[in-house]
Amino acid sequence: MTEETFEIVLTVNGVHRAARAPARRLLSDLLRHDLGLTGTHVGCEHGVCGCCTVLLDGEPVRSCLMFAVTASGRAVTTVEGLAGPDGRMSPVQQAFQDCHGLQCGFCTPGFLCTITAFLRDTPRPTDEEILEAVSGNLCRCTGYQNILRSVRRASDLMEES
Amino acid sequence: MSTRMFGEPIARREDPRLLTGQGRFLDDLGRGALAAAFVRSPHAHARVTGIDVADALDVDGLVAIYTWDDLPGRVAEPLPLLIPHPALTHGRTGYALARDVVRHVGEPVAMVVAADRYLAEDAAERVRVGYEPLPAVVGIENAERARDLVHPDVPGNVGAVLLQENGDAPAAIADAPHVLEFRLSIERSASTPLEGRGVYARWDADDGSLRVYSSTQASTSVRAAIAAKLDLPPGKVEVVAPDVGGGFGVKIVHPWPEEVLVPWAARLLGREVKWAEDRREHFVASAHERGQLHDVRVGFDGAGRVLGLDVRILHDHGAYTPYGIIIPIVTSTQLLGPYRIGAYRAEVRSLYTNTLIVTPYRGAGRPQGVFCMERTMDRIAAHLGLDRADVRAANLIQPDEFPYDQGLTFQDGRPLVYDSGDYPELLRRVRDLIGWDAFEGERRAAAARGRRIGIGLGCYVEGTGVGPYEGGHVEIDSAGRVHVSTGLTSQGQGHQTAFAQIAAAELGVPIESVRVTTGDTRRFGYAVGTFASRAAVMSGNAIALACRKVRAKALRIAAEALEADPRDLDVTDGVVHVRGDRSAAVPLATVAVLSNPLRYAFDAQTAAATQFATGRPPSEPPVAPGDEPGLEGRDYYSPVRSTFAAGAHAAIVETDPDTAEIRILRYAVVHDCGRLVNPRIVEGQIHGGVAQGVAGALYERMAYDASGQLLNASFMDFLMPYATEVPAVEIDHLETPSPLNPLGIKGAGEAGVIPVSAVIASAVEDAEGIGIDAMPLSPDALFHLRRTSAAWSAAGTGAGTGAGAEAGSAAGAGAGRRREDDDAGGVARGAGDLNPASPPDPSRGGEPRPGQPGIVPEGEL
Repeated sequence: MTEETFEIVLTVNGVHRAARAPARRLLSDLLRHDLGLTGTHVGCEHGVCGCCTVLLDGEPVRSCLMFAVTASGRAVTTVEGLAGPDGRMSPVQQAFQDCHGLQCGFCTPGFLCTITAFLRDTPRPTDEEILEAVSGNLCRCTGYQNILRSVRRASDLMEES
Repeated sequence: MSTRMFGEPIARREDPRLLTGQGRFLDDLGRGALAAAFVRSPHAHARVTGIDVADALDVDGLVAIYTWDDLPGRVAEPLPLLIPHPALTHGRTGYALARDVVRHVGEPVAMVVAADRYLAEDAAERVRVGYEPLPAVVGIENAERARDLVHPDVPGNVGAVLLQENGDAPAAIADAPHVLEFRLSIERSASTPLEGRGVYARWDADDGSLRVYSSTQASTSVRAAIAAKLDLPPGKVEVVAPDVGGGFGVKIVHPWPEEVLVPWAARLLGREVKWAEDRREHFVASAHERGQLHDVRVGFDGAGRVLGLDVRILHDHGAYTPYGIIIPIVTSTQLLGPYRIGAYRAEVRSLYTNTLIVTPYRGAGRPQGVFCMERTMDRIAAHLGLDRADVRAANLIQPDEFPYDQGLTFQDGRPLVYDSGDYPELLRRVRDLIGWDAFEGERRAAAARGRRIGIGLGCYVEGTGVGPYEGGHVEIDSAGRVHVSTGLTSQGQGHQTAFAQIAAAELGVPIESVRVTTGDTRRFGYAVGTFASRAAVMSGNAIALACRKVRAKALRIAAEALEADPRDLDVTDGVVHVRGDRSAAVPLATVAVLSNPLRYAFDAQTAAATQFATGRPPSEPPVAPGDEPGLEGRDYYSPVRSTFAAGAHAAIVETDPDTAEIRILRYAVVHDCGRLVNPRIVEGQIHGGVAQGVAGALYERMAYDASGQLLNASFMDFLMPYATEVPAVEIDHLETPSPLNPLGIKGAGEAGVIPVSAVIASAVEDAEGIGIDAMPLSPDALFHLRRTSAAWSAAGTGAGTGAGAEAGSAAGAGAGRRREDDDAGGVARGAGDLNPASPPDPSRGGEPRPGQPGIVPEGEL
C-alpha cells in the first residue's frame, strides 16, 4: 500500500512554501512536521481546544480540522509569523507577557492567532466581546482571567501605537 | 538597578520564547524520527486469546510490531510499584504490554513503529487481537461488593486498608451531645493538560548511550527507571524534560509503558523513535483522580465544636497501583484542615476497579478531604442554627498553638505537624473580602428581583514542600553569566523566573545574567520531581543555599584580589566591592576567571588567570587544599518535614429557578503560602487552581458505563471549562513565613483547587436549601435534587433565610433515603441528629443532655 501524494503550495508567514503530502495530511501536521513550524500545537485533534488555530487568509481556523491539500494556494499565518519583521513581539504577544496571560504556553499560540484576528476586526472591544472572542479556546493553566486582561491590554497597546 | 528581586511581581522570562512559537515541546522535537502507535484494549476486562499481525504487515512504512512475547528481561516484567506502603498489602502493577489479561480500556497490547504516525496508526488498526471478555468491575460500590474480582489473587478487590487514628473517636462521638452521619461523594476527574504525554528516544550506538526526552514531571526518576529496565548504567542514560505543556500531577507517574517501550525500541532498531499521545489516549491510558466515597460520623457540642470525627473512605484506585495509595493517605490526613478536632479516626479501603489507574491530580486527595470537613462544618452549623463561619471559627487552631501536632503520619512518613499559620486571620479576611456579614441584605435584594443567590465558604491546610530533597547548582562563568540548574521539572510554573529571582537576590547580580535549567539530567542528576507544591520550597531553598556557597567563594577570591577582608565585601549588580566603596571593586566575571587557575589562555580575560599572571604565593598550590577550581557551588535542601500552607475561599453563586444552572457571581481567595517569591506567578497559580476547582465542582466527570467504557473521552463530551465558565478570582495574601526553611516559603501550586468543591457546595446549598452531598453538581443533578428532595417541596422556594437555617432544615431532616438503596452512590442525603438530647427539631439540635445518646436509626426522624 503506497499512498498517493500531492504537491501543496501555499504561503506561510509571507513565505512561499511547497511540500508533497498525502491527501489525508492535516494542515496542522503539514505545518509542524513537513514545514518544521512547530509553534502551532495540537491539543485534541478534534477541533475543540483551539491550540492549533492559525490564520487562513487572515481568518482563524482549526488547522487540525483541515486537510493540508485544501490550503493549497492560500495564505497561512502561524504564531511564528505574528512578530514584526524586526522580531519585536506584536501587541498581542507583548500583552500576554505584560499580563501573565500564559503559563505552560501550549495553548498560547492558538489564543494569539484568535485574538490577533479579533482585535483587527474589533479594535476596541467590550468585555463581553472579549469573553466571546476567547471562549472557543481551552487553557488548563491560567483560569483565563489574565488572558482576558491580555486582550484588553493588547487593545490598549494597539491604540497607543 | 536594584538587585532586590525576591518578592517582586516581575514578568516571566520564559514568555518571549513561548509567545513567538519558539517553545520546544515533546512533539516539536525529533523531526524525522520513527513514530510509535499503540494497539489498546477496547475491553475493560478480558483475556487476550491471540494477536494476529498478518494484515498489518502490508502497510507501507511499517518498521516493527511488538507484543509482550517480544519483550526481553526486565522490559517484560511488571512495571514498578513506585511508592510501596505497608498498608498496600495487595499492590499490583501492569505490564508495559498486556501479557494475558487486560484490566482497563486503553491498556496497551501491542506497539507499532512506522515511518510516521499516520502509517503507524494504519498498521495498528490492522492488528487483530482476540479477546475473551471477563466481567468488569466498575464503580466503588461494585468494587466493594466484590461479586467479581479485578485481580483473581486480590480478595474483595481490596488493595489496601489504612487506618489513621488520634484518640478514641467512636467513644468521643458516643459521648457527644450531637451526632450526625452522612455520605459524601466526589466523582472522577483528571489533570488533563493540553499537551498529552510523549516520549522521544535516540540511541547512540557509538557511545552506547541513550537520550530520552519525556513530557514528565520527574526526569531523574524516569532516567533511573529506564536504566533499570534496559539494564544500562545510569551514566549512559540522559533524560530531558523539554517544555512541558502542563502536568497537574498526571506526568509524575513513571515509567509509563510508553516510557519503557519507546527507548527500548529505539535501541533495538538503532533509530530515533517518538510517541506523542493523542487526546483519546490521554483520556483512557494516562491516569484519573478524585473518585471517592466518604461516610462521615461526627460528634459535636452545642457551640459547634467537633469532639469526635470518624470517616470511612472508599477509594477507587483503578486497575493498578503504580503510585501506591498517596491520594487516600493525603485525604485522610489533610481532611483535618485548620481545625483542632477532638478525636479522629479515618479508615481507608482502597479498591480495584476495571478502570484507568488513579494517581495524583492537582490537590491529590485534598479536595475530597476538604469537601468532607467543610461539608461537616456546614452540617453542624445547620443543625445548631449557627452561622457557618462562626462554627469554623470555634474549631480553628489558634496562632499561638504552632507548631501544631495533629497526631497523625503524613504522606512523607513524617509526623503531621503544622509549622506556622494564622487561620483566624484567614477566615476574618475572607469574610471581609466576600462581604459575608452583609450578605443577607444582598440575598433579600436579589430575591426581590426574583433571583436566587447563596454564599459559601471553605478553609484548607495544604502540606507542601514534601521531601526527601532537591538540589541546586550555580555556576558563574567568565562572562559573568550565572547558570542555575535544578533537577526537578517545569510545566508552566515560571521556574525560569522565580528561581532566577532567588539567585539574583542571593548573589547580588542582575536577573538578566541568570539562566535557569530544570529537568535535564545532563545538568543535574539528583532530584525527586515536581509535585505537591514543592518546587519553590525545595529547589528554591536548595538554589539559595548553593548561591550562598558561591557567594562566599566569590567574596573569598575577591578579597584576595582587592586585599580586603571578605567580611567587608558586598556584591551589587554583579560586582564585588568594598561595602560603602564602589571604587574598590572586581566584577564576578573576573572572580570567575581567577577561580580557575589556567595553563592556557584563549582570550584576554583568561590570560589573567594563567600561571604567569596570577599572584598566588609560589609556596602554595594553585588550587588550595579542599578548594575546587571554578566559581560554582552545589547544595541540597532536605526538610525535616513538610511546610503547611493554608487558605480560605468564599463564593457567591446564583442558581436559576427554572433551569437549575449554577453561576458563580464572585469568588474570593485568601491565601497564605509564606513568603512570596513572585506574587504575579503565585496569583496565576491560584487562578488556574480555582479554574480546575470550578471544573471539578460543576463540570468535569469521567462517565464510565457499566462495562467500563469511558463514554466522554473527548473534549466534545468532557466539559473542560472555557473562559465563559470560570469566574474572576479576587485574591488577598497573608504571609506567615515558614520557620522550617531559609527562605520562609511554603508552596502555592495546588492551593487554588483544593476547597472549591466544598465552597460551591456550601453556596449552592445556601441558595437552594437542599443538602449537597455529591460533586460535581451539574444543572441536571441539581434539577433532580430539587424534584426528589422532600425538603425542597416542604421549603417552598428554598431561598435561604440566612445563616444556613433553611439549609439546616433540608440537610437535617433529609430525604430519609437509606444509603443501601442508593445505587448511584453518594447522593443519599442527610441523617438527623443521632444523639438527640431532646425531641428532635429538624433545624435545631436541641439542648444537649449528655449521657442520653439514644441512637435513632437513620431516616427515622
